Parts: sequence; structure tokens; C-alpha cells
Amino acid sequence: MGASQSGPVYMFQDLAQKTGFSIEQIKNLHNRFMYLTQDEDTLRRKHLENISNLALNPIRRQIIEAFFDKRNMGEKGKGCLQEIGFEEFVTVLSFFRPPKPRTADEDMKNIKKEKLRFLFNMHDTDNDGIITLDEYRRVVEELLSSYETIGAETAKAISDAAMLEVASVTVGQMGPDEFYEGITFEQFMQILKDVEIETKMNIHFWNLDTRTMQCGK
Amino acid sequence: KKCEKPCSVFGIWPSVQCFISFGFHLIPRLSSIVPESCLLIVVGLLVGGLMKLVGEIPPVLESKIFFLYLLPPIILDAGYFLPIRQFTENLGTILMFAVVGTLWNAFFVGGLLYGVCQLEGHRLVTVDLLSCLLFGSIISAVDPVAVLAVFEEIHINELLHILVFGESLLNDAVTVVLYHLFEEYSSVGSITVMDVFLGIVCFLVVSLGGIVVGAIYGILAAFTSRFTSHTRVIEPLFVFVYSYMAYLSAEVFHLSGIMALIACGAVMRPYVEANISHKSHTTIKYFLKMWSSVSDTLIFIFLGVSTVAGPHEWNWTFVMATLIFCLVARVLGVVGLTFVINKFRIVKLTSKDQFIIAYGGLRGAIAFSLVYLLKTEHFPMRNMFLTAIITVIFFTVFVQGMTIRPLVDLLAVKKKQETKRSINEEIHTQFLDHLLTGIEDICGHYGHHHWKDKLNRFNKKYVKKCLIAGERSKEPQLIAFYHKMEMKQAIELVESGGGAKFPSALPSTVSMQNIQPKKPPQDRALPQLSKAREEEIRKILRTNLQRTRQRLRSYNRHTLVADPYEDGWNEILIKRKKMKELEKKMNNYLTVPAPPPDSPTIARARLASDPQAWGLKSVTESIPTIKVDLASPQSPESVNMVDEFGKKGSQSKASKEEEGGLTMKVPSPTNQRKDKTADEDNDKEPQQRLMRCLSDPGPTAEEEDEDEAFLP
Repeated sequence: MGASQSGPVYMFQDLAQKTGFSIEQIKNLHNRFMYLTQDEDTLRRKHLENISNLALNPIRRQIIEAFFDKRNMGEKGKGCLQEIGFEEFVTVLSFFRPPKPRTADEDMKNIKKEKLRFLFNMHDTDNDGIITLDEYRRVVEELLSSYETIGAETAKAISDAAMLEVASVTVGQMGPDEFYEGITFEQFMQILKDVEIETKMNIHFWNLDTRTMQCGK
Repeated sequence: KKCEKPCSVFGIWPSVQCFISFGFHLIPRLSSIVPESCLLIVVGLLVGGLMKLVGEIPPVLESKIFFLYLLPPIILDAGYFLPIRQFTENLGTILMFAVVGTLWNAFFVGGLLYGVCQLEGHRLVTVDLLSCLLFGSIISAVDPVAVLAVFEEIHINELLHILVFGESLLNDAVTVVLYHLFEEYSSVGSITVMDVFLGIVCFLVVSLGGIVVGAIYGILAAFTSRFTSHTRVIEPLFVFVYSYMAYLSAEVFHLSGIMALIACGAVMRPYVEANISHKSHTTIKYFLKMWSSVSDTLIFIFLGVSTVAGPHEWNWTFVMATLIFCLVARVLGVVGLTFVINKFRIVKLTSKDQFIIAYGGLRGAIAFSLVYLLKTEHFPMRNMFLTAIITVIFFTVFVQGMTIRPLVDLLAVKKKQETKRSINEEIHTQFLDHLLTGIEDICGHYGHHHWKDKLNRFNKKYVKKCLIAGERSKEPQLIAFYHKMEMKQAIELVESGGGAKFPSALPSTVSMQNIQPKKPPQDRALPQLSKAREEEIRKILRTNLQRTRQRLRSYNRHTLVADPYEDGWNEILIKRKKMKELEKKMNNYLTVPAPPPDSPTIARARLASDPQAWGLKSVTESIPTIKVDLASPQSPESVNMVDEFGKKGSQSKASKEEEGGLTMKVPSPTNQRKDKTADEDNDKEPQQRLMRCLSDPGPTAEEEDEDEAFLP
């Protein structure tokens, strides 16, 4: 912070335009970013791991990875980054911005697609564009990881059932020799079309200063 | 003589109701235009008119009967099946509408009516401010009975439904407080600021007190249900008794009985359902629906009869003014409140939503009963109030109730989604919950998800351990959902008679085989077959399957290809315990039959894997499989089943023999068990007993329409 007070303002405006947040919200997020990184310039994984509330979350690994995933940054590249700047931080968070009230249907569809893409990327860890059975199994295992008594077989059974369902719904008829590779993005969109992602996958970004709320560390 | 009262109640009214339902469904067009509640009121009017003609005094809806016997079942039904998720997500909005909205309505209507009364002069001047305010407070409350009756039929989307319905439930506290406040003070004659302050305190006490009372009884009921594993038959009774006690206790202390009932039902449900048997759950569900339906009908009929009977005093100005002010107040209130609420909501309420909310503000029998309770000594204009209220009720129920459906269609308001919850959606809903909580933590603010997560954690750690019996206390929601889904599928398949048609839209030939990554071909014990021969065999098997499918041991799709040896012995032992539980639970249902006969997957599976491998063991392997027994272990029927199976087994074997080629060995269960499951104790007995023919449902098959989610 300190000397470069005017610089960030332009950056903020750019970001605001790019991501759709308001200037106030970006300022708050910047404060939060500084808080998390303890005034460094870039955010690393360990900064996010330090948030104590996050430690209780069963899917924290995937959430943290999502912040460092190149695919979410709007680039064509694949792979992960080791550290991200404020711009990337806000870009990832913009996936959770609620759509503005008077959004046209077409835009809503795009927003929904983007959010689903984010979810898809979280599941598809090897970047091949398909969620394989193993990847899905891992997702279910992580979801159930907070329950100690549940073994791997249950997760396996559930993920098998889920894959079966996806295949049944999207592909329908398959001969016995055909092998279902995995869930593609289109199929992912199809099975989740009833979940209303565009209204559910949002959090409230307040316009107030959140610095005063002591949470996390 | 002594039979007269019961005779009239149990004889006349239900028969009237049957007659109506019968007629209603004979004329389907009528039911699409006129909501049932309207028709019932009309019938009530007719009956009342008839009785008056005959010379008898038609019975009026006694407030005591209404509040003690007719109202609780409806509210309990609503509270028990309240969709908790949507309710809590929109709680802020609902509270705003219920509290602020009702207050606004009450004062607006009351105040303006007073003004009109003063202006009008002659008869109306005697109506003082407090009476007007009292009247306003009674008439401003949206009625849950009427809302339920109308909204049930229009299948509107869940958000709007829960908003209007939640409001109608929660405004009871406001109504109670205002009612008692104004009633007491109108005898005194004036109100001071202190009284207003007291009123606010009173409101908090009434509402929170009601909720606390309900929650206590709910927890007691949940705790009791933990120990009812030996007295399954009376489990439903606990639910009803505790809920009713909660209602009565709240009413005794002048707290809000409705809120107590809602709190009781909502609190006890997740725990009770984890503890009680499936049959008890069905009993509870159907009894609640039955009672609430009867109450509903009786209320509307009585309303019609009371209209004919009750002492009336028609005053054009007053009645018209009431009606107009009510409507105006409602619209203004909704619009104003939405403006404020939308600043805090993520999903904003559109003007279409606002219109429906305003239009759905129906008044009903509660208002009528409250006015009826007023004593004429204190309120000389009581009859006028009665008339006005009846007019408003009629207007809202008839006009608004009848027109809301075409309006919903006209405005293209989103309707309720009828699709079943799939396991994928469930997985992702949970995933989203955790994701959003995580993002909130990263962003650093305590939002809705954060608190919900904290509550869930607390629930899991402490509460569930106390209130849920045994192993199920540690069961995550996903697993529970999965079990439920499997059970539903099993039941559906039984109902469809095990026919080739599956309940799902398209018969899918996708099976586990298509999903499992290709394994290296195992050593075949069978000789290599040429492609042509394989095809031939497959064809034969396919036709055979169609015939004998029903007689063979059925498999859960998921266990089909899984190599039973893969997971090792230890797994079996660990799973044994889980299987025991599942068996206990699913004593009377059948397994999920195999995939449709046209798919050669079964045949293929049998060719590829060890023929002995698919047997009881593969069912034991995977935990969530539903395994069914025809009867409980001690039932004498079991003996017959084994014999029957033996017979059928040999039958199928015989028919196989003649076809030549491969014979599908139907393994005898006892052999199987001796080989593989030597360690398992006799509890595995039930597995021996085979599912009976799917073609013959038998006496224990239950007809269920599982339209409601078992667990939230």
C-alpha cells in the first residue's frame, strides 16, 4: 500500500469493468487480499491454508486449487500457478457474483455456463476436458471425508451410481462393448440444468468494509 | 340422544365431503376453474340454507372447536413437511413480511377505517379507534389454511410458495399479540407509550416463547423416538401427541400455538425420521394428510354454514371500505417491503413475484373465529365486524382464489419443478454448500452459508448423537439420500410389476459395464467361443431372460460387474454390520431387479466373470445395495420361500437344459454361503430367502406414492 495510492485506483476501475464488481466491493476485496497475504503482493497457497475456518471444510483442497487454476483466469492455458496477484483473486471471486437483477435471458445463460464451467474445472483435475470415474470418485470421497466411519467403498458405490445416472440420462443407449469415458462439459450442463446454478452459486459481496469483521485467522 | 352429536359430526359432514369430492372429480372442468375451497364454502352455504329452511339452527363454527381440533392438524401437516432449506434461506424476507407487513396492514386498515367511521357519522361514530385497530389487526393476517388450499393447486414455484406460506404461519404471533393488546385496552379505553413498549416485549415473548416451547417438545419427541425400536407400532403416536401437547402448552400460556407447532414439527422431523421405521413414517405422513384434509374441508363448510347462520349487520360503507383498504394495504405493503428487502437479497424479487405475493394474501377462517370470540358487550359493533370479515374472506377466497391460476399462467410465473432429485444434483448441492462456505471464509465475511455450516457442524457433533439411535447418527446426508433413492427405486420397480418398463423416461441400456475402465481379460474357465457362437448364445440367453428374469436372483445394477474378490475379505466382515442394519430396515421390500432383459449385459457378465462369483456375495459386498426379504426372519412364510426358490431354480435349470449351449447355473444359496461366507454367522439367514416372483406382488407390497422427500 503506502505510496502507490493512485495506481490502484485505475486498476480498480479496470477490474470493476472487467469483473462486474463495484468500486466499493473491489476496495473491500483488496483490503481482504492484503490481510490474507499479510501485505505481500502475491497470494500463495499457504496464505489460504492459514484461514482457520477453511480448515474444517471437507473440500478445501479443491477450493484452494481453484484459485491457482489457470483455466479460471480466462486464459487458454492449462496448469496451475504458484502464486496469484490481486487481479486473479478478483477474477476467481467474480464467478460468485450474483447476476444483476435486470439481466437478459441470454446473458443469464452465459452466466450459468460460466459458473458451471468453474465447477467442472474443479472436478476435472487432470485438465483433459472430461470428468472420469476416478475423478468423480475423488470428489465424493472428499465430500464424505469429514465422516470418519465412511469407507472408500461407499464413496465408490455412490460415485458409480452417479456416473451411471449421468450416462443413462445423457447417452441413453449403449452397447455392452462401449465404454463411457467420462462426463463432458455438455453432459455436465445437462444433468445440472435443474439446479439453477445462476441463483444458487452466489455469495453476497457487501459494500461495507469487511476489514472490521474478524474472521479467518 | 347421546349419539346425536357424534352422529351429526361423523355421519353428516364426512358424507358431505365424500359427496363433494365425488362430484368434483366427475366434472373435471370445474376443478380447474374453481378451487376446492370455494366449492366447499358453497356447499356449506347450501347446507346452512337447507337447515334454515327446515327450521333448525345451523351450527356455527365454534371458536373452541376450531382452535383446538380443526386448526392443529393443518398446521402440523404444514410444519412437519416444511421445506427447511428454502424456509431458512428466505427467513429474513418471510419475517419482514410477517411482522412488518402485518403491522402495517393492521394499522393502515384500522386507522383508515376509524377515519371513515368518523366521517360517515350516524351509526358508525360509536366505533372507537381501538375497536377499529382491533378489527384491523384481525383482518390483516394472511391465513395459512386458505393459502394452503389455493396454492396447493396452482403448483407455483417453491420460492413464492414458501414466502407466502411462511408469512401466513409466522404472522400468527403478531396477530395474537395485537389481538390481546387491543382487546384488553379497549376495555380500559386508552393506550399509552408504555403500553406500546409492553406490546413489543409481549410480541417477542409470544413468538420466541412459542418457538422455544415447540422446540422443547420436538426434542423430547426425537429423544423418545430413539428408544422406540421395540415398539414400532406406536411410533406415529409420539409424533402426534407431542406436537399436540406443544400446541396446547403454548396456548395455555397465551403464546403463539401455531409457531410452537411449526417449531415442534420442524425440529423433530430430521431426527425422528432417522429413528423410526419406514412404515411408521408412511403412517405419519398419511395420517397427517388425512387429518389436515378433513379439517380443511370442515373448516370451509362450516364457514359457509356460519355465513348463513351468523348474526349479520350489513353496512355498505363499512364493508366496502374494509375490502378496499385491505387490498390497498396489501399491495402497498408488499411493494414497499420488497423495495427494502431487495437490497439485502441475492435473488431479487421481481414485480411478477411481488404481484403474486400481494395477490396471495388470502384471509380465512382464523380471522372469522377471532372475531367470533369477541364479546358483544365490549364490542357493540361485533356483528358488523363479522359481516365485514365474511365479505372479505369470501372475496379473497372466491375472486382471488379463482383468478390466481389463470393469472399465474398469464404472467408465465415459474412453476414448481416436478423432477425427481437425482444423486448428481444431491452431490452437487452439497458440494456447492461447502464451496460457498469456503469462498465466504476466504472473502472473510460471515454470511448465510457460514452460519449454516456452523449449525450443521454443531448438529453433527452433539445433537445427532443424542437424538438418533445407533449407527445412523453418524450417517452423512449423502448416504442417507442414496439409501432413500435406492429404496424408492426398488419400490417403484415392484409396483410396476417388474415389467420391462422402467420408471425412468428412457430405458437405458447403460450399465456398470460401460463405466468401469476396461480390465485385463481374466482367465476364462470357459472355452473360447467364436463370435458367431457368442451371438447365438446371447440370443438364447436374452429370450430366456425374458421368461426367467422374474425367477432368478436379481441384482443391483451396481454390483453386476464388480469383481467380488477384488476387495478382499476384510471388507466383507466390516460390511456385515452395515448389511444387518439394512436388512432390518428393508424387511419387506424387494431387491432392485436386473437391468432390462434386452441388454445382454447380464449374459456378458456371466460369461466374463466367474459364474459362481455372482451370487449372494456380490450383494453383500456393496453397502448401499438394497437387499430385500419377503418376510422377517421369524416369519413362517420364509420356509415356503426357500422351497419355492428351490422349485423355481430347478424349473429354470430344466428349461435351460433344453436350449443347449451354456447353462446358467443358478447357484444354490446354501452352497454359496458355505463356501464364501464361512465366517458370517446365522444372521445371514435372511439372504437365503429369495425374493419372490416379481410378478406376484403378494399381500405385503405397499402402494406408495413417494412424492415427498423422506429427508430434507
